[in-house]
Amino acid sequence: MSSLAVNALTLTLGGRRVLGGIDAAFQPGRVTAVLGPNGAGKSTLLACLAGLRTPDSGEVVLDGQRRAAIPRRDLARRIGLLPQTADVHWDVDVETLVALGRYPHRGRWGESPADRAAIASAMAATDVSQFAARPVTSLSGGERARVLLARVLAGAPEWLLADEPLANLDPAHQLDALDLLRAVATAGAGVIVVLHDLNQALRVADAVLLLRAGQVVAAGPPDEVLTPQRIAETYGVAAHIGTTPGGQRYLIATHREPR
Amino acid sequence: MSRLSLGLLAAIVLAASASLLAGKVWVPFEAFVSDDPRWQIIAELRLPRTLLALLVGGGLGLSGAVMQGYLRNPLADPGLFGVSAGAALGAVLSLFFGFASGWLLPAFALAGAAAAMAILALLVGRSGSIIVFTLAGVIVSSVAGSMTALAISLAPTPFATTQIVTWLMGALTDRSWDDVWLALPLIAAGSALLALTGRTLDALTLGESAARSMGVDPLRLQLLVVAGVALCVGASVAAAGVIGFVGLIVPHLVRPFVGHRPSAVLLPSALAGALLLLVADVAVRALPSVSELRLGIAMSMIGGPFFLVLLLRMRRNLA
Repeated sequence: MSSLAVNALTLTLGGRRVLGGIDAAFQPGRVTAVLGPNGAGKSTLLACLAGLRTPDSGEVVLDGQRRAAIPRRDLARRIGLLPQTADVHWDVDVETLVALGRYPHRGRWGESPADRAAIASAMAATDVSQFAARPVTSLSGGERARVLLARVLAGAPEWLLADEPLANLDPAHQLDALDLLRAVATAGAGVIVVLHDLNQALRVADAVLLLRAGQVVAAGPPDEVLTPQRIAETYGVAAHIGTTPGGQRYLIATHREPR
Repeated sequence: MSRLSLGLLAAIVLAASASLLAGKVWVPFEAFVSDDPRWQIIAELRLPRTLLALLVGGGLGLSGAVMQGYLRNPLADPGLFGVSAGAALGAVLSLFFGFASGWLLPAFALAGAAAAMAILALLVGRSGSIIVFTLAGVIVSSVAGSMTALAISLAPTPFATTQIVTWLMGALTDRSWDDVWLALPLIAAGSALLALTGRTLDALTLGESAARSMGVDPLRLQLLVVAGVALCVGASVAAAGVIGFVGLIVPHLVRPFVGHRPSAVLLPSALAGALLLLVADVAVRALPSVSELRLGIAMSMIGGPFFLVLLLRMRRNLA
């Protein structure tokens, strides 16, 4: 069973304490939503988990091993990151882009059958197979987001880290993307996703890590963590939480409330 | 090897034959098989010149393709972005101090190219903006250029001034086997380093964060690019002076055939660069003019308008 945890993580950037001693443990096979207001340290935490930033103190522990001791390529095979910026600098076709996800796996002599199978199944899972040959620039925002997710899935990571993957998607594509994250977790990977929309977290998350100013406010099941009182403390808004006739929890911020 | 690369190879063989025949003295085919003294022109002048055109063109084409991939900037070019200017400054300093011969001039040129490329590479980690890099390249280029001008104005003798100015206008005229033996190992080593960057450049298509999360070692890539470009461009400038635009033009010419994936562009760019420079050199020799048109000037006359067209086509994306 794979495990990922952070212990007493601190990081100061440009004189600002972005992470002030974060402890958290993540579960495989589950979707963990990282929530918090702007500047809470969500993206920085993800960057530390993915090995893009080195914390000042504390450590990231993957399967009982300190991250700093894991070779770069090995780490890249086990942790896949979907960054917030959806940059694609060259107008390559969709299949070429998805194939980039095999970078940490590929040998010196080109694609193996395993590589090709992983690429095909990632494209099938995200439903982008039908435009395999199309240039990336010809895609709509929703299609592009799915292709970028397919790139990460092609690497078959044990952990999928996604930084606001739903930005720029219309409601239908947001639901599709949430279902996809759910499916990735059901297939066994641990999914850690930074979200801004609390409704999305209520819909998809098995666990929530709520941050504010580089500190953990609360961690646990979404229903327990996302209480009106805690939302007021963390975001400075009054929240109404309800349940639809279909049983889906929802949350509306009604007005600002000084914390 | 792609069909494009095979086609380019065939074209290079044809152009190389033309290069051996063309010039102020047209050497007929019979001269190749007899004791004709014109054979000397072929063996001692045109053969090294042809090889040098291929080496320099290939090195510049490959450097341009790698720089475009690494900086994620389709306008990148060793000439425009100041790497050639850095190499030229190094070379001019060595001429200024009177170390014109042997390995010192190329060593100075390599150091200059490496310094300019290192400045660009340091900037690449900070920001992904095409405009920032293009401006940085222009600044590196103009600072190196004005320091070169300073060296010229302070040159100790009129002879040194003439030597520097003539050499700055890139050319392949009257190059000997010595120049070939100087450039060959350096450009071969540089190209080998640059060839190692291909798949990593592909990963950079997704931006720096994604590439690093996929296991790209940014420091290793930076060292490969700086050392490879410095070797190729430094040796090219040492052997042939400043010849711009080759590295800018050829990646754009090959992309419609091989796609935009950076690693797919590398080999065809090297071949197309070799072909372009060889054809241009044959053309400046064959043009009926009083004195030969300098190759560096000819390339700028082709490259300037090409750059403008490219800018016009990119204008929408940059705005």
